[in-house]
Amino acid sequence: MTRTARRTRRMLPPAGVGVAALLALSACSHSDGATPAKADSSRSAAPGLSGTVTVFAAASLKESFTTLGEQFEQQHPGTKVAFNFGGSDTLAASITSGAPADVFAAASPKTMSVVTDRTDTTSAPSIFARNQLEIATLPGNPGKVSSLKDLTDPGLKVVLCDRTVPCGAAAQKVLDTGGVKVTPVSYEQDVKAALNKVELKEADASLVYRTDVKSAGGKVRGVEFPESKDAINDYPIAPLKSSKNADAAAAFIALVKSPDGQKVLSRAGFLKP
Amino acid sequence: MTGPKQPVAARPGGGGPRRPRVRAVRRGVPVPLLVPGLLALAFLLVPLLALLVRAPWRSLPSQLTSTEVWQALQLSLISATAATAVALVLGVPLAWLLARAEFPGRGLVRALVTLPLVLPPVVGGVALLLALGRNGVVGQWLDAWFGITLPFTTAGVVIAEAFVAMPFLVISVEGTLRAADPRYEEAATTLGASRFTAFRRVTLPLIAPGIAAGAVLAWARALGEFGATITFAGNFPGRTQTMPLAVYLALQNDPEAAIALSLILLAVSIAVLAGLRDRWMTGA
Repeated sequence: MTRTARRTRRMLPPAGVGVAALLALSACSHSDGATPAKADSSRSAAPGLSGTVTVFAAASLKESFTTLGEQFEQQHPGTKVAFNFGGSDTLAASITSGAPADVFAAASPKTMSVVTDRTDTTSAPSIFARNQLEIATLPGNPGKVSSLKDLTDPGLKVVLCDRTVPCGAAAQKVLDTGGVKVTPVSYEQDVKAALNKVELKEADASLVYRTDVKSAGGKVRGVEFPESKDAINDYPIAPLKSSKNADAAAAFIALVKSPDGQKVLSRAGFLKP
Repeated sequence: MTGPKQPVAARPGGGGPRRPRVRAVRRGVPVPLLVPGLLALAFLLVPLLALLVRAPWRSLPSQLTSTEVWQALQLSLISATAATAVALVLGVPLAWLLARAEFPGRGLVRALVTLPLVLPPVVGGVALLLALGRNGVVGQWLDAWFGITLPFTTAGVVIAEAFVAMPFLVISVEGTLRAADPRYEEAATTLGASRFTAFRRVTLPLIAPGIAAGAVLAWARALGEFGATITFAGNFPGRTQTMPLAVYLALQNDPEAAIALSLILLAVSIAVLAGLRDRWMTGA
């Protein structure tokens, strides 16, 4: 008896550490698995285009590119567009480490340059859309926010993106040019987190992109401000060298830049390039 | 056979195999256990070693002197300790209820207690916002009656960490309680002690190692907590930015700084855990 008790007791610490390690593994899982490109070899009736186009695109493009993907599949029967939406930095990193993709659409020239510096693109990237910041407030704007200066009101809970992420850098730039000093209650890890805080009514205002305000529907109210012109975000798109379906990739990029594509993008809140 | 001199059998995992002979097992290590065991060890240690190999040793001193790092580290240690205290004060009684009290639906309650373990921490953070946020189910009353808002405060960090860490403590303590012999408590009550006195004077000392193990687990989990914290408490240096948050945001544009921050957190947690283990878990 004594021996058994002592033995189990001695076993406890390693067992505990094992459990801790196991749970730590499952605790933090930011899964961003790349969508594998399926080599679809079914022949289509239409000449030229077939197979799958794999598009890596910034998360803010999700709604508009999904619509464009459906349009593309309709225009070119036999083709399939597979998307991998995510943070532009993450996508750029997976492309440079060999993820199979045909097209890359980034939310900033800086992240695109990560890929172009490695000459992973076949032709120079071109700007297909632009985005700018807006103030997101609660529905009905109870804080009566009408300009950047109004965000300095100490009674207002403001959240900003952290300076290390693109929306935070843009926010910092407009605040600097406006000569406005805002003390937020939090520096959020990405633009959707900042938007969520306003959607959940935990914060009164935030600086997010026009497209985010649009995608939130009526849950937030967007307020435009003149300083946003100083931090307009360009969205570049480029075909990738590793592409096994270069013709279809070029056709998808052409659709994005066509009047039809631009209509879809502007409906989501993007500005024309 | 005499009765156990140390009637402590702390087994958070439940019934382990009982082998009659200890000495026979010790003689050789069977290969089917040795190989996967060593693989497991390598699997756990190689990533940490890679972190050490690729660490920016040259820029480390300048990273160490940044006030933001010390702020984050200090906040991490304080909030993880406070969260463990909350988990102890509330979690030990809950573990006792689950192990000793008879009530309908006990199995269901036990399953519910472990839910935060499987819930993605970010979802836990959103759930906390919906419950305790300024506009939350409970939070709106806290705001209206007491003027208390928890999101974006250090108290919010403690709550987020306690939410994620408490189940570890409850499971560990409950397992210990189930393994502990209830006859000691029964003996105490027949000798005139109230059930609470029996808990305080007999049960607590009996399960102390299990509580200590659970507290260490909870503390470690709270120290590394990221998702619930950033979602519920936000990220503001000195107030809610703990080390894991600082590491994540540094990773966005300066991976070297992120590695340096991680090393500091690793070193501190190893020091604390090793210290606690020597004091509580082997000597008891």
